[in-house]
Amino acid sequence: MSRKISNEKYKKTFSYHMKQWFTGEKDPFLDSVEMKPQKEFAETKEEKSRRIQEKEQMMDWIYSGERNRELRAFRKAYHVISVLFCICLVAVLLIAVSYLPPFGNAGNPVNNEVPQRYIESGLQETGAVNIVTGMILDYRAFDTLGESHVLFIATCTVLILLRVDGDKKKRKEAEVDDRLYEPKNDVILQTVARILVPPIIIFGIYVILCGHLGPGGGFSGGAVIGAGLILYLNAFGFAKTERFFTAKTYKVMCFVALGCYCLAKSYSFYTGANHLESMISLGTPGAILSSGLILILNICVGIVVAGTMYTFYVMFRKGGY
Amino acid sequence: MRFVQNLPFISIILTLFSGSLSSIISGKWAKRLNLFVIAAVTVMSAAVLLFVLGTGESYVYMMGHFPAPWGNEIRIGVLEGIMAVFFCVVMLLCMLGGGREQEAEIEAGKLNLYYIMVNLLLCSLLALIYTNDLFTAYVFVEINTISACGLIMIKQNGRTIVAATRYMIMSLLGSGMLLLGICFLYDLTGHLLMSNIKEQVHILSETGQYHIPLLVSVGLMSVGLAIKSALFPFHSWLPDAYGYSTVSSAAILSSLVSKGYIFLLVKIFYRVAGFDIITDSKVVNILFVFGICGMIMGSVSAIKENNIRRMIAFSSVAQIGYIYMGFGIATEMGVIASLYHIFSHAATKSLLFISASGITDASGDSTNFFDLTGAGYRNKLAGVAFTAGSLSMVGFPIFSGFISKILFAQAAVDGTWKMLPTMSALAISTILNAVYFMKTVIRLYTPEKKAVIRAKKFRTIPAGECPAKSIALVCFIILNLILGLCSEPIVGLIRQGLEMFA
Repeated sequence: MSRKISNEKYKKTFSYHMKQWFTGEKDPFLDSVEMKPQKEFAETKEEKSRRIQEKEQMMDWIYSGERNRELRAFRKAYHVISVLFCICLVAVLLIAVSYLPPFGNAGNPVNNEVPQRYIESGLQETGAVNIVTGMILDYRAFDTLGESHVLFIATCTVLILLRVDGDKKKRKEAEVDDRLYEPKNDVILQTVARILVPPIIIFGIYVILCGHLGPGGGFSGGAVIGAGLILYLNAFGFAKTERFFTAKTYKVMCFVALGCYCLAKSYSFYTGANHLESMISLGTPGAILSSGLILILNICVGIVVAGTMYTFYVMFRKGGY
Repeated sequence: MRFVQNLPFISIILTLFSGSLSSIISGKWAKRLNLFVIAAVTVMSAAVLLFVLGTGESYVYMMGHFPAPWGNEIRIGVLEGIMAVFFCVVMLLCMLGGGREQEAEIEAGKLNLYYIMVNLLLCSLLALIYTNDLFTAYVFVEINTISACGLIMIKQNGRTIVAATRYMIMSLLGSGMLLLGICFLYDLTGHLLMSNIKEQVHILSETGQYHIPLLVSVGLMSVGLAIKSALFPFHSWLPDAYGYSTVSSAAILSSLVSKGYIFLLVKIFYRVAGFDIITDSKVVNILFVFGICGMIMGSVSAIKENNIRRMIAFSSVAQIGYIYMGFGIATEMGVIASLYHIFSHAATKSLLFISASGITDASGDSTNFFDLTGAGYRNKLAGVAFTAGSLSMVGFPIFSGFISKILFAQAAVDGTWKMLPTMSALAISTILNAVYFMKTVIRLYTPEKKAVIRAKKFRTIPAGECPAKSIALVCFIILNLILGLCSEPIVGLIRQGLEMFA
């Protein structure tokens, strides 16, 4: 190495110090400055609450309508535009409706061969005296199959959203909360419920079972039974209904009902599409055991609807079940 | 009738049945059942597709003992077959790829509810693909909507619940419009079966009767389905819904749910109203304009975003814009390009979501952009997969995105005033895509300081740690390459299917 100054002299120069610092051999602050590791971030409860409060205040400040001019303008524009949009949509729909064929006119396009066959030969083909039941559970049974699964999946979504499970402590809290708002041994309610609930449920069963003979069917009968169950729950409290109806019961019931529906209808779809003769006889129209699969399907739909109504109510009332 | 012709009906019933069966078995078995059902349906759909290709014509399957205008029916052609196979494959890979997150992020007691949602979602998609009846389509649109809500909020934190609420409101608005459109159409034609409606609509359009309600009904159905599939001005629910839900949900929602609605729209265009009537009405032009706005605005929002999941979600808005732009061009070529883009986007977007989850795993579960620096080195396979997905999105040759861009450009050349806007939108959108995807890729491969990695406790994840996810990623990359390299036969199939479709 060719250096003009001696090594000792060189060690005192600025460039040598610079090089040392740069390569990391020596920290110039070491030993010359007192150093401490950084304190762990700790704050008292007061400080924390103040910090959170300040943050909230700041958010309030930012999003308050009085101070934030941009937000105010947006809100105003939003109101105006949404009202305008609704008015436009309503106007378009009203104009379109005014051009539609007049209601109830015999020459309307809807009065074609489709309803004609439903009305004229519905009884022979489905065995159901009630044409509407024959239509939804035999002619267009696939739609109804989808529709009953809509109810099922809606309940499942509510279970996802509102069900409190796993954590026992949370469940207990939810239960205590609900007990506060529950009527406690209300004599009038209990007496009325004792008188009314059995006829309501029996009426519901009647509506389901006679769906193919007269007005009614699974959807309406199931709703009646569901209403009866809800009344019973309100009068006698959760402890009593829990003995015979839990989420597990609902799931098993739904599975049995929907499984039955799927299997029964698969049989009829399969035979129908492959032009095979169906083994199921339609029976004498008007008898309770008639019209082939319709009675079974009505019972299935009724079970699903009743369970769905009751589960919705229970879920909105309290988390667990 | 051959047995193979029964398979579409069997696959719909099987998925429905497995939905209600999942409710009574444990989460673990529900998961196995779900994977088995999806695989079985994939095989069945493939068999149906081969059968239809062999006979060369579509066939009608009666659901019950009564023929079409009185009973329900489904109709299967090449396009339906190829859609069903593709949807099943993508869904299977999504469920595989997100398996670990599902177990970690969902409460154990609610795991089987999740698989109910997935099974019924698959069922509704299959029914939407196969059905030949407008009202059946509406019923399964309902199932689709509700199960999608369930998929969003199964991971329960505040943001997913807000997202699900938003999704519910927007989606129900769309459903309502669709239902109104169907009601109008029923009142005018007296039918719910698609083929019969088409006959009646032809007669009406020749005589010029009921012109205004017919136009309104087509408009209502198009706008309703556009809202449900997140076309540009109606996309506000999308980023939160895709950004915060569990990975497989986000992948399924972006790549399949919105595509199901778009396929229904194609069906309405071709089989319900007739494509020439749709092009004569100016509805497609509206879709065209909003599609182009979506292409650009979606990308601009994605550039501003610094949460990787939300960025990918905003990119979906842009890609949905592409698809609607293709319909808006209103030529057969445009529709083919759109249908191809459905495949391409489904394969790429699920790849991106799942690889993004691998990347965030290697970055301490942070989706924030600044924590991702160097993540490509910490999780090599996810990094490569994300790069492949990004290249495909940008339109790099050999990947599927390139082919769909070429097809859109070809469709635009056919003339009319739409050529210039399409071409310029394609160019601008490609550049914007490149900006935000390449920005991410560069960040993934910028080495992070060791000290920072140690301080933030980032892990290095080998490809063997979660084999299911690795398999899913590799399969998605292969799927992308297949779509990109063998585009000719696939486009041929789509063309053949579209001829059979009307």
